[in-house]
Formats: sequence, structure tokens, C-alpha cells
Amino acid sequence: MNALLNVEDLRVTFPTRTGVIEAVRGVSFTLGRERLGIVGESGSGKSQTGRAIMGLTADHGVIDAKRLDFNGIDLLTASKAERRALRGKRIAMILQDPKYSLNPVMTIGRQIVETLRAHEPVGKADARKRALDMLAAVQIRDPERVFDLYPHEVSGGMGQRAMIAMMLIAGPELLIADEPTSALDVTVQLDVLDILNRLVAERGMGLIFISHDLRLVSSFCDRVIVMYAGRIVEELPAAKLSEAQHPYTRGLLNCMPQIGADRHPLPVLDRKPEWRT
Amino acid sequence: MTPALAIDGLSVEYDDFVALDDVSLTVAPGESFGLVGESGSGKSTLLRAVAGLAPVSSGTITVDGQKLGAKRDKAFYRKVQMVFQDPYGSLHPRQTVDRLLLEPLAIHGFTGTEGRIIRALDEVGLPASFRFRYSHQLSGGQRQRVAIARALILEPSILLLDEPTSALDASVQAEVLNLLEQLRATRNLTFVMVSHDLAVVTHMCDRLMVMQSGRTVEELASSDLAARRVTQDYTRGLLTASAGFRRDSA
Repeated sequence: MNALLNVEDLRVTFPTRTGVIEAVRGVSFTLGRERLGIVGESGSGKSQTGRAIMGLTADHGVIDAKRLDFNGIDLLTASKAERRALRGKRIAMILQDPKYSLNPVMTIGRQIVETLRAHEPVGKADARKRALDMLAAVQIRDPERVFDLYPHEVSGGMGQRAMIAMMLIAGPELLIADEPTSALDVTVQLDVLDILNRLVAERGMGLIFISHDLRLVSSFCDRVIVMYAGRIVEELPAAKLSEAQHPYTRGLLNCMPQIGADRHPLPVLDRKPEWRT
Repeated sequence: MTPALAIDGLSVEYDDFVALDDVSLTVAPGESFGLVGESGSGKSTLLRAVAGLAPVSSGTITVDGQKLGAKRDKAFYRKVQMVFQDPYGSLHPRQTVDRLLLEPLAIHGFTGTEGRIIRALDEVGLPASFRFRYSHQLSGGQRQRVAIARALILEPSILLLDEPTSALDASVQAEVLNLLEQLRATRNLTFVMVSHDLAVVTHMCDRLMVMQSGRTVEELASSDLAARRVTQDYTRGLLTASAGFRRDSA
């Protein structure tokens, strides 16, 4: 299989006054045109992994890897201009909360058009048409109306659809979704996932789905990577989640309350220091 | 038996917007009652109305047989305390844990504050060394423990919980839920708990009410929900949604 993304021994560190913080400590994986889930709790390094691939690590952060390439392009040595050309065009990212990730003083339509015209030489009318088509593709019923709305005028689910439309309009090959549905209500969550699922399949994109929700990720992805303290503790096919070996993965699965299961008290995670190594 | 909390025909309006529309419920002493719904369903508004934080336009709230007026007195807050959703926003950033816990005691004129603070921290499973830390030196779970300690330090009989674990990691959520259950058992507390998570509410509560756009959809026992004995389509939809994503539904 021709890999879309190769990551080998990725490390992200942040030097601070009180010492070096190692957010990601040697993560390796390859991604084809498939759905990969990265799961972990806060501070596990899952978001920093996504950001490093996207080239959005904070300026003072240091990225180091044996290999980090996307479709044959070495992301470690790529210049800022090259990364900018990739970002949005060939690699796109959906963030958690549309309330904060959309520009509040620009209409939704203009933001989508801006993304498109930043990457392709298209005329205004053409860009508008493509933006409207894209809004329709994310199942917004009345694209003409939503095009002219500001982000605060739409619901969370609608905002997140607009975000997906904006990210997919340039036709990326790799999509990184960082907690794309955590800020949404459960029923809306499923609609958004449905849309994402369909578009990713239709367009043959590679998807990295970052989430803290192990069950959700395993129901959505083909393969799941479980991270703890900046490292991968386990990698397994999503369908075989119930056969997870690592005590951390099993603990994460167990500690969620379930409807119909009468478990008092809930099992809690007993964090072992050896998981860190 | 007098119910710990009785709400009858409660409505809350913000200008022209009806946030809560004619909702009634009763909670027995020592019971744990859950409110479930999506954003905008009015579940948090109901809790805030009980705590005196939302403008009630009609209806009555009765606590331990006493009808509440427009203003809450000190005695009310000794009896009813609230824990908020976001432990990052609900603790004063420039006060130490010690001062945070001292404030309610000072307001209500408690004596022996030193001993009470140490005991309160111990009860929520925090070491005494945390007393002089600031909230930014604590993790999310530790902060929520401090918020629970602050609510319980006045020895209330009713605890209002507004999404107490939704900002926390799953493993930390389990710890906080276990702590709340254990505290309820030892102190015979009455809980009214709001959550968007059906699984959390059925785990924690005996009975629950499903809400949608300010109205009651249905009221049922957790065991009925677990056995899927629900009467309303909306509740059924929530149940299906909380089961997770299914590829074949696409």
C-alpha cells in the first residue's frame, strides 16, 4: 500500500523555565487512505501529534523525528512557504469548537470562499458556486441563506458542518479532525459523523480522528492508536477493541458508565508508572 | 413524607424567550434525581432557578415543605448548595484552596474553621498539603473535588449538580462519580443532577426527567430507561444516539 503519511519517532518538546516538557515522545505510524483514530486523555500528546503533522506547533516547540513525510514531501525540511501551500490545500484540520475556530466577524460563505481562493485561482462567482455546493454537500438545507450568516447566528452543529465544508473545499488528501464532535449534543454528533464518514469515503481521503472517546473512535475508524503520556501504548484494529491487551486501554473502556450496567462504584484507572516508559 | 424538593408549574423567561415552560417535579429526601436533555433544553435553567440564579416568572419551588420567595436567605444556602460544570471557571483564580473553603464558613458564622477545612479536604480525597495551593496548580479532577468540598463544607442536605463531570477525562469522571455516590451514602444527601450524558445519569440517579426546549418530555425510573421501557420517541432517539456511531446507518 502506498502510504500517505509516514511518521517515525516523532517527538515534540517545549522548553520552559522549569525544564523541558516532552509532549510527544517517539510516536511512529503510517497512514494510507484509511481512517485512523488517535485516543488518549488530556495531556497524552494526541493533539500535539496532529498539530505537528499540520505544522501548527507553537513557535517555541521543537519537533524532531526520524521521518515525517507526506506523499513524499519531507515535512521536517519543508520551508514555511511550502508548509503554507500544503496546509488547507492538501492537509486540512477540523478543530473542536466551531464557536472558537470560525472567524466571528466574517460570514460563513466568505470564509469558505477565502479558503478556496487562497489555494486555487478561481473567479468570485465560481468560488461562490463551489462554496454553495459544498454547503449542500454537508447537508445544510438552505445554503444560500447560511452563506450570508455569521458564525454566531448558527447552532453548534451547523457551525461544525460549515467548518467541515471549509476544510474539504480545497479537496485535501489528508484530513485531521481534532475532537470534531466533542462540543456537540449527542444527536447532532451522529449527523456530523455521518457527513464526515460519507465525504471521507467518497473522496478517498486519509483521516486522522483525534478524540478522548474510545468507543466513539472505535465505531468510526478502521484502526485505533491509544496514547498515554506522549507514547503509543497500543495499536489495534477498531473491530478488535474488546480484545485490547494494555491495562490502560482496558481501564479506559471500563471506567465509562453504561446504560443498564449496574456497577457501583465504577472501576477506576490505577495508573502505573511503567506505562510511561 | 415531605419531599426534599418540590417544583410546581415552574416557568423561567428571559425577555421574550421562554427557557423553562411549566415544569413540575418532586424529589424525596435522600433520593437522587437526574435531568437529561440537549443544550437549550432548560435543564441547567431549572437548577439555577432552584438556586435563585434565574428569574422565575411563575410557579413555586418548595424545599423541605417551605415555599421559597423571590429572595433566598442564608438558611436556604446552608441547606442547598450547587456544584458547577466547569472547574476551571468556578474557582477564584487568585484565592488559595484554604480561602475558597473559608469563605462560606465565614459567611455563615461557623466556628472551628481550621478543623472543618482539613476535614472537608480529607472527605473529597485531597491531601492536606493542597490547602495553600491556587486552583491553577490543580488538575481538573482536583479542582472539581475542591468545588465539591466547598459545597459540602456547609453540611447541606440537597446538592445541585450541574454537569459535574462533563469537563473531565473519562477516568477522572469515574473517580468523581464514585466520590459523589460515596458522599451521598454517608451523608444521606439529596442529589439533583443535570447531565447531557444518559449513561452518567442512569448510573447516578434513581429517577430522571428528559427535557426538550424547556418542557418535560417524560419522567421515568433509571431501571425503565435501562430496560428501554420508554414511551417518547425523543427519549428513544437519545438512547440510540448515546449508543454511538454505526457505520451501516450512513
